Amino acid sequence: MHSLLNINSSTAINYLPIAIQLIFVIGFIGTMLALSAITGPKRKTKDKLETFASGIEHHGDARSPMAVKYFLIAILFVLFDVEVIFFYPYAVNFRTFAADPTMAWKTFMAVLMFVGFFVIGFVYVIKKGALKWED
Amino acid sequence: MNLIQIIFWFLSSFAVISAIMVLVSKSPVHSVLWLIAVFFAISGHYILLNAQFLAIVNLIVYAGAIMVLFLFVIMMMNLNKDTDPQKNIWIKLAGAVSGGCLLMVLVSLVKQATEINGKEAMLGKGDIGLIGTLGKVLFTDFVVPFEISSVLFLSAMVGAVVIGKKDSKLENN
Amino acid sequence: MTLLSFDWPLLLEKFVLIAIIVFTTLGIALYTTFGERKVAAILQDRPGPNRAGPFGILQPLADGVKMFTKEEIIPTHANKWLFILGPGLAMVAALMTCAVIPWGGTVHIFNRDVVLQVTDINIGILYIFAVVSMGIYGIMIGGWASNNKFSLISSLRAASQAISYELAMGLSLIALIFVTGNLSLGEMVKQQQTHWWNIVYQPLGFLIFFICAMAECNRTPFDLPEAENELNFGYHQEYSSMKLGFYLFAEYINMIMSSAVMASLYFGGYDIPFVDDNLLYNSSGIWHTLAPFCQVGTLLLKIVFFIFVFMWIRWTIPRFRYDQLMNLGWKTLIPLALINMVITGSLIILKINHWHF
Repeated sequence: MHSLLNINSSTAINYLPIAIQLIFVIGFIGTMLALSAITGPKRKTKDKLETFASGIEHHGDARSPMAVKYFLIAILFVLFDVEVIFFYPYAVNFRTFAADPTMAWKTFMAVLMFVGFFVIGFVYVIKKGALKWED
Repeated sequence: MNLIQIIFWFLSSFAVISAIMVLVSKSPVHSVLWLIAVFFAISGHYILLNAQFLAIVNLIVYAGAIMVLFLFVIMMMNLNKDTDPQKNIWIKLAGAVSGGCLLMVLVSLVKQATEINGKEAMLGKGDIGLIGTLGKVLFTDFVVPFEISSVLFLSAMVGAVVIGKKDSKLENN
Repeated sequence: MTLLSFDWPLLLEKFVLIAIIVFTTLGIALYTTFGERKVAAILQDRPGPNRAGPFGILQPLADGVKMFTKEEIIPTHANKWLFILGPGLAMVAALMTCAVIPWGGTVHIFNRDVVLQVTDINIGILYIFAVVSMGIYGIMIGGWASNNKFSLISSLRAASQAISYELAMGLSLIALIFVTGNLSLGEMVKQQQTHWWNIVYQPLGFLIFFICAMAECNRTPFDLPEAENELNFGYHQEYSSMKLGFYLFAEYINMIMSSAVMASLYFGGYDIPFVDDNLLYNSSGIWHTLAPFCQVGTLLLKIVFFIFVFMWIRWTIPRFRYDQLMNLGWKTLIPLALINMVITGSLIILKINHWHF
């Protein structure tokens, strides 16, 4: 078990410091929030705790439906994000593939084909005006 | 109990409790947050199995992207109306019974499966889950499924755009 | 392997390192707020904060104490627990990024070789992406829980903007990984110590990454979520006291971290320019002891430089319109990043295969 952390960057034990940091950070922030809640003055009035709407009375609340554009951006993001993630395993192996003359162009063409589908989808999305902000 | 076992039990109980909270929470936003907690616990399990790439992709794609989409959808819903759609006790009962049946089938299936009986998971060993190994396999043995998945993405994009842009098109015509 | 045979000194070492890094980051963030006000003042030809201490040097501490002791306000219509969770989450995400950043070489202390990096995982960059995508929740939850229409619109804007620029950011890095061949930040910096810095191979990639980093940090010209003439104040409109402080602080910490990531990816990280770091390590006497600290200092200087560029841009360029922002992200940066990736890939393959197919 001795100093496993420093030898190899591909073992699971490397994630232990991240867990420690997570606990540390959460503890620190929780303490800060609690402390500032204790130290501050508490003079609650009804008007103070109203929702702020530039001085006028607020109407209704903010639990109302939003524009569909945001939803469309989010769903396109999910799809493109997964495609981008697919490039990473290739990029890491790129050097070994490129050094092998039989594999270099074969794998690169596979990726280019993937990029091609990516671009087709991308062009379709733009042509359809899904990313056009002003209707 | 060694360290890995402690972490395993902690992560497992965390996952199960969070999953229960997803179902029990009244507010859909709370449910989404608990679901993110479940994904974190599952990523922890992946790391224990040394499937690092899977763990981080699980966080990026599921906890980072798909849950943002869920939150957007919930924010788009009108939560002023009755948020609890089903008040009928019989429907709840039917749901509980059918869910219980599914659970029973799954549990018996796992118990009977010969492939996993008496075998232990490889803890912190093996490098199949590392990004380098995964890339090699993906681009030598699984090139065709890889390309087909891009067609799948294309169709998903078309579907999303067709559904999402329908309203404005009608307005223009 | 029992619990007791675990390498406890190592755990303690990591804990101390984490504490030092987190508190140093907080300290730098504190003084970045001061720097921002001073830079703004210089660019606008006015003195800036100069009352608290000499040259106003104690101003950030005064600000911090003031913010800390203000009244906590939780609006009656807000969702109480989510309202508290929002800023906490934003801050946690901001502080988690520094785990994979290499701050320097190895320090020999108490008969131990301490690596100045919390952990060097082999998918370091993807880890940063995961943490950044968690940061979006802090803003979204806070804005939604406030139950204020301005906050809600602001948080939706922030989230849409962040996810849009995350795509271009991810794509721009792939070309860089073609060059370096791995995702670990520690390895990348080590490579740059012996070769050229990556900026030489990837100037366009760096430009895309820089713009995306600016957008991810909600900095002007990308600070649409905080467009006060449209949205009053932004997603943190209903917040007060330390919860507001956390939101503002998270922005500065994100700025520091993205500067550190940019320095490590493209500008050699802790590599001292024009000096052979290994020579420094192998030399005897005072330089051998000072070498790691010189490296940390170099990285900090690079970070300060990037932060200054961030501020310089903020006080020079006006804010984008939202459709301009979306068009830049989707229709300019993503195609550019794709082209950059394909060209880089083909050039490297051609070069390795001696320029024939």
